[in-house]
Amino acid sequence: MKVLTLNFLTCAVKACKSSNDSFPLHPKDAELAHDDIEINSQLLVNVLPRIDWTALRTTSTELGFPELPEQPPTAETLEADEAMLKELHTLLLETQMMEGKLVCGHCGHEYAVREGIANFLLPSHLV
Amino acid sequence: MSRPEDTLQADIHYDDVEARKYTTSSRIKNIQASMTQRALELLDLQEPSFILDVGCGSGLSGEILSEVPEDEGGPHVWVGMDISASMLDVALQRDVEGDLLLADIGQGVPFRAGTFDAAISISAIQWLCNAETSETSPAGRLSRFFNGLYMSLKRGGRAVCQFYPKNDVQRHMITNAAVKAGFGAGILEDDPETKNMKVYLVLTAGGSAASGDITGVVDGMDGVDVLDSRKKSPKAGKGEIKKGSKIWIIKKKEQMERKGKIVKATTKYTGRKRRVQF
Repeated sequence: MKVLTLNFLTCAVKACKSSNDSFPLHPKDAELAHDDIEINSQLLVNVLPRIDWTALRTTSTELGFPELPEQPPTAETLEADEAMLKELHTLLLETQMMEGKLVCGHCGHEYAVREGIANFLLPSHLV
Repeated sequence: MSRPEDTLQADIHYDDVEARKYTTSSRIKNIQASMTQRALELLDLQEPSFILDVGCGSGLSGEILSEVPEDEGGPHVWVGMDISASMLDVALQRDVEGDLLLADIGQGVPFRAGTFDAAISISAIQWLCNAETSETSPAGRLSRFFNGLYMSLKRGGRAVCQFYPKNDVQRHMITNAAVKAGFGAGILEDDPETKNMKVYLVLTAGGSAASGDITGVVDGMDGVDVLDSRKKSPKAGKGEIKKGSKIWIIKKKEQMERKGKIVKATTKYTGRKRRVQF
């Protein structure tokens, strides 16, 4: 599962919908893999405003990456700066979480990730 | 033809054998591909987008999303949701590019607000009309799904869901659930009144209230009739059509014709009384 997707997933439990802690989910015992994907700058510029930068900083520190700058780059600086574009592409799209767990910060529910597929099936009393 | 929806739940029906059959059948592949192309055409995406594939199965539709050439606004990045682990297993073996989630769409869509540019769903949402346990109801599952979908789409984002309604009741149930969730909803029928009829539910989250068509999708398309049920014709609403009247008979005949029954042509004698002979 891509880090980009991790930046959008929230806890599916009904009681967590109204809580701020249910996003982002915290990766635990994560095994990462690198996947070569062709760089798609237009897509990155397109999703950049939707990325929750604070959440991305949390996730990337939790996954053991060096700390990201405090402020997100703007679309113009990103388009001009090829190195930054490449780095962001590597982090968001090429880094894959293969095994581990995603833990909700509010209810503590653990979503298992196996072979890159997160299991979001819930027992019916949590829906 | 039998409907798999009538016999089993989606996650049980699509076991390893069934999932493999589904993905290797060239007939299903072709149909899925053409429906995905049509859905993409309806989404009308101009730039590389982040797309949700609802009921992605083995990634037949997702593959096409990743393969959209650059001059047509692609390639898109997608996330797929499916309830069948076997289907996702096949998707893994086929090495699809999108991210996969094992999730029940009837339990909602676990993404934060405004995540996706668009959503696509090929032959999936009719499964929502089945509820196997007493704790859930089709209406509840539908409303959780559409509410979740509405949330996770960005404003002005579109969703195209191709589905196989069992009957008119199911079709209305699905459309009404989408409208209740706040979508501007429209149904597009390809090859209507034939065996190959394909029904596309076109949804727009927020945004334009274009004249004629609320979804703004068929703007400038050829051969499309817009039927808007919100605009009632002046005749309708003045009470029910009287049973046995000529209008009633013609309506029934049209209904039967739509079902594919053989119906006698409508003439000037239709609905007339047979007078007593002398």
